[in-house]
Amino acid sequence: MTLTGGQATGSGIPRRTRGLRQERAVTWLFLLPALIYIVLFFGYPIVKNAVMGSQDYTTATFYTGSAPWVGWANYSSFLSSSLAGTTFLNTAVFTVGSIAGQFTIGLAIALFFRRRFPLSGLLRSLLLLPWLLPLIAGAAVWRWILDQDSGVLNSTLLHLHLVHTSVPWLSSPGMALYSVIIVNVWIGIPFNVTLLYSGMQGIPEEHYEAAAIDGAVGWKAFRHITWPALRPIVTVVLVLGVIYTLKVVDIILGLTGGGPANATQTLATTAYQDSFVRFAFGQGAAVNNILLVVSLLFAGLYLRVNRRVSDE
Amino acid sequence: MNRQGSRSTRVLVAAATCAALALALAGCSGSSSGSGTSATTGLNLTIEDYYSQPAAAAYDTIYSACAKQLGDTVTISHIAGAALIPKVLQQVSSRTMPDVLMLDNPDVDQIAATGALSPLSDYGITGAGYIPGIIAAGSYQGKLYGLAPAVNSLALFYNVDMFKAAGLTPPTTWAELQADAKVLTKPGRYGFAFSGVNTYEGTWQFMPWMWTNAGDEKNIDTPQTAQALQLLTSMVQDGSASKSVVLWTQADVESQFAAGKAAMMENGPWNIALLQGVSGLHWASVPLPTPQAGQKSVSPLGGETYTVPQAGDSAKMAAAGKMVACINSDANQVAISKAVAYVPAKISVAEQFAKTNPLLAPYVTVVQTARSRTGELGNGWDTAATAIYTAEQLALTGKDSPAAALKQAQGQ
Repeated sequence: MTLTGGQATGSGIPRRTRGLRQERAVTWLFLLPALIYIVLFFGYPIVKNAVMGSQDYTTATFYTGSAPWVGWANYSSFLSSSLAGTTFLNTAVFTVGSIAGQFTIGLAIALFFRRRFPLSGLLRSLLLLPWLLPLIAGAAVWRWILDQDSGVLNSTLLHLHLVHTSVPWLSSPGMALYSVIIVNVWIGIPFNVTLLYSGMQGIPEEHYEAAAIDGAVGWKAFRHITWPALRPIVTVVLVLGVIYTLKVVDIILGLTGGGPANATQTLATTAYQDSFVRFAFGQGAAVNNILLVVSLLFAGLYLRVNRRVSDE
Repeated sequence: MNRQGSRSTRVLVAAATCAALALALAGCSGSSSGSGTSATTGLNLTIEDYYSQPAAAAYDTIYSACAKQLGDTVTISHIAGAALIPKVLQQVSSRTMPDVLMLDNPDVDQIAATGALSPLSDYGITGAGYIPGIIAAGSYQGKLYGLAPAVNSLALFYNVDMFKAAGLTPPTTWAELQADAKVLTKPGRYGFAFSGVNTYEGTWQFMPWMWTNAGDEKNIDTPQTAQALQLLTSMVQDGSASKSVVLWTQADVESQFAAGKAAMMENGPWNIALLQGVSGLHWASVPLPTPQAGQKSVSPLGGETYTVPQAGDSAKMAAAGKMVACINSDANQVAISKAVAYVPAKISVAEQFAKTNPLLAPYVTVVQTARSRTGELGNGWDTAATAIYTAEQLALTGKDSPAAALKQAQGQ
């Protein structure tokens, strides 16, 4: 809000206080729409979700309106289930794996596009394709590509004699999580390329020219010019990537539904299944709250980094 | 089980959005019901179901004919598959339920338990002469809440040409099934296909094996259930069934069979129309094999029931009761069965129906001994069903032996 006291030029003290009070009221009036919006669409769901996590909220609640308070029971029943360990581990592996893959490949592609070559603009916009595709459609196509018996990936690998038997990409509990990560990396690359590439555009060309005179080209130029200049962007990309990846549901549900044998079950899919398949809304909310806290930690980190970036 | 089960992925997002809205905006309903033209003749009744085309058109005809007969009008809404229950819950909380609500039979207990449905006995509907399984499925705590005009179940489809070429007849026992599946497995083709997916759909497909062998959902950690799971696991392990069965929905199973990539499949009659459209495919269906010769196969009962929600308006509820009775009339049971390849839910009607519809005749036999999923555990079925598919996935992927998998899942 940029309302300043500049207009309050009354001479008498009472008038001045009145003017100030009016101004304050006007300030709040301007704030009101935003406040209502935030309370209604961000505050309410979050508070509701936090409360639901401690309630026995079931289908009956919708009719009777009563959801008995159960304290931490939903949390302890999830944390003590044999699924909890798998879920946490899968979430961590999925997030770290996806981010590592997306970022490395994204950075490599962004560096590649720094050089201008014919059709580079067109190619760069084509790279956005995975991002533009509806996720459920993307997942369905990948499911076919990765099919063990008639998938195009296995038949290619078999024809090239790279493997001897077809690979159970999605049907083996040992492989499924990695296959899901591969697909998620494919989806996340455009986001990483776009941000990193635009970050690179901000690095003045003169820096490279000056460095080249001193003999810093190639890897050295990357290490001493690109990387330091890109660091703030890199942090933002990584932190946002973690938040986006933690809450991925559709890809996993579309590819494996959390299976086989819970091999690809993450916090997000568990929360989804508790709430919308088993209709144990309290339990689902509890799992979701755990996920929310983890995301909030990273969101806080993002805000701090972002402030530092804008300060610089 | 429902035909739309396979479509669940596609409507996941819709369901999630819908349910999220239901939670946040419990007071606002998207339904535009109630604007009836009650001034002139009868009432305007709202009907909600989850059918999609072409089935939806067949049901629309029946609803409209019933309304005309009763002097009412109808407003029909079709809510895609998995989005129906979240939508219903939203309507339950905002008291804007339709006058007639279709529910898949295993969902009746859950919605009845909320108190949102009225017993059908209020409208003089008793369900006399119906297949016992479907009455059990539509009842909650001894009262009938939902009545299905037509039902379905699972049977064994087999590729006639492949059986002829191998000189085999359809299997009647588990041992024959295993042996035949092995013989019929060739490069690029599996002997047997079923769905072992990690949803209630996978559980539904496992029930015939478990129930026929005297397994019970109350406790799945028994030798009988382990034997049933061992049967499916062995077929996956010896290569007569694909390892991908842990991902396949029933629709995937159907496309494998239709493409000639499976010689036999476990599936339901709703596939008949699809299979008839595949040129060059010769198939037939028989009841699923049993552990020993001469036993009766116990398959799960599928089918959608019609219920009358507590609308608060007794005149409308009485009219809705008449509507449910009309949808369940003998003539409509036959009409629905013909349109969507189900079996009439009344035994006498079904037996008559079998004579004129030979393709559905095996199902008329199957449904008479079929069992309701929620009959024993009521709204505790979901927990048991989750344990069952969890155990099945552990065993089929080779992470655990069938016995150990069932023990672990039962303990959860």
